[in-house]
Amino acid sequence: MTESIVVENVTKSFTMRYHRTIKQMSIARVRGQEISDTFLAVDDVSFRVDQGESIGLMGLNGSGKSTLLKLINGVMKPDAGSVLTRGRIAGLIATGAGFHPQLTGRENVFLNAAILGMTEKETKAKFDAIVEFADVGKFLDLPVGNYSSGMFARLGFAVAVHTDSDIFLVDEVLAVGDRPFKRKCIARMEEIRATGRTLFYVSHAPGSVRKMCERVLVLEKGRLAFDGPTDEGIKFLHYDDSDEDDDNTEEPDDLGADI
Amino acid sequence: MGQAGPVPDGRLTPPSSTGGLLDVFRRRYVLKLLVKREISARYQGSVLGLLWSYIQPLTRFILYFFVMGIILDLREIENFGIHLFAGLVLVSYFTDTFSAGTRSIVRNKAIVQKMAMPREMFPVASMLVSLYHALPQVVILVVACLGVGWQPDGTGFLAVLLGFSIIAVLGTALALLFSAANVFFRDFSNIVTTLTTFAHFSVPMMYPFTLVEARFGAANVPFYLANPLAEAVLLMQRGFWTTTTADPAATAVEHMPDHLFTRGLVHLGISLVLLVVAQLVFRRLETKFPERL
Repeated sequence: MTESIVVENVTKSFTMRYHRTIKQMSIARVRGQEISDTFLAVDDVSFRVDQGESIGLMGLNGSGKSTLLKLINGVMKPDAGSVLTRGRIAGLIATGAGFHPQLTGRENVFLNAAILGMTEKETKAKFDAIVEFADVGKFLDLPVGNYSSGMFARLGFAVAVHTDSDIFLVDEVLAVGDRPFKRKCIARMEEIRATGRTLFYVSHAPGSVRKMCERVLVLEKGRLAFDGPTDEGIKFLHYDDSDEDDDNTEEPDDLGADI
Repeated sequence: MGQAGPVPDGRLTPPSSTGGLLDVFRRRYVLKLLVKREISARYQGSVLGLLWSYIQPLTRFILYFFVMGIILDLREIENFGIHLFAGLVLVSYFTDTFSAGTRSIVRNKAIVQKMAMPREMFPVASMLVSLYHALPQVVILVVACLGVGWQPDGTGFLAVLLGFSIIAVLGTALALLFSAANVFFRDFSNIVTTLTTFAHFSVPMMYPFTLVEARFGAANVPFYLANPLAEAVLLMQRGFWTTTTADPAATAVEHMPDHLFTRGLVHLGISLVLLVVAQLVFRRLETKFPERL
């Protein structure tokens, strides 16, 4: 089996600065306060993903999921260890995928697709499909800064799902869409999965993770705490004692807990 | 990048961009879109739009021409207007690149924080946009030269090319360095504004180069010429100004420093070295961009 993502002993820390101006910094120094502090967001994480696998990445808020996803996506570089991927990566990291607020939807589609590695010809060929999926109507030629957060995310998602990628990353983007759009997204993600592409899905919703993924990684304070089958992973997180997510059981295609 | 498909044939590679400036030119299509975007976005929301690219150098030209040429009476320089404008085109190109380039990363933080791409793209795009704005000014300059009787020569053409190359390389290098620094401390964009003011007075455009020797002495001229901007402006004047005067050869001897081209090539070499250094510094700082923006 071909490996798609290889993460080896990856560590990423952030420097937090409490003071930005010289005045604040000198006052802090006189008072003996900390000027900066480091925070380990991802701590010595290693795992391998085969081509075509669907991985659910779970963990509490602040456990380092988004940082790990940014490391795989290439927006961030690890401080130590290595991240290697095979093929083109697309996906959505947080809501809105690096759109420029001053550009129109149309211009952003082309720019975004180009950054994802598509050529002008490929983008033109897929443009209609992207617009139809995004369903932003006459807003297409307005600056995306004027979009509602839902439209913004829909357009971003539309570009990402239409990119010919080998690895597809999804991060909590579904939280902003309305129900019909979520259904459309899930259908599209299943299509992506069916074509044998690697899917990397960050979610808090056990229902959709169970549906989409056969393997789950759980992060706890930046460390990889669990790596194994989906059901066990959800049990590990205690997300299965369903006192709050009843709506997942009564309506299997709902992604409401995706917040 | 591997072909899309169930089993990509590519190798395992780091997902983040590692090629730096080389990657920028490998992905020209993205660069093209960014440049186009910048061109339309730089004056977005203004009624006069692109015209500002001409109004600013024009008002500066009128101001300098009036103060220097008329009040301080430097019109003894033959074709003072061309002497001034030839320098101004190049200096404006430099200051545009420098100031827009410095702000480029912070201004594009939406993309920098969320998409993997060579971030060198943004300063380079700023440089190309400034070049795009500089070219029509060159056209105006050529028209003015033809108006006063221009005898262009091949050496002059090479001089202009060398002058522009120095500024392009130097401007990109400084834009890379300062755009990265600006992410950490926004003070840098203010520092650049201050520096660009110096740029206008550090070059022999509103005063003749001969004045430098007259005021500071021949021994200090090499220090003056150590400024790549001054050298580039002189090259520009070699191309456009000396060849419009009554006796180009005599003007060149009187107003151009010795070893004009050798000095120019040395400056180009130093600028290229600076570009490499800037790239290395940028690469180091870049890893902290997403968290500091």
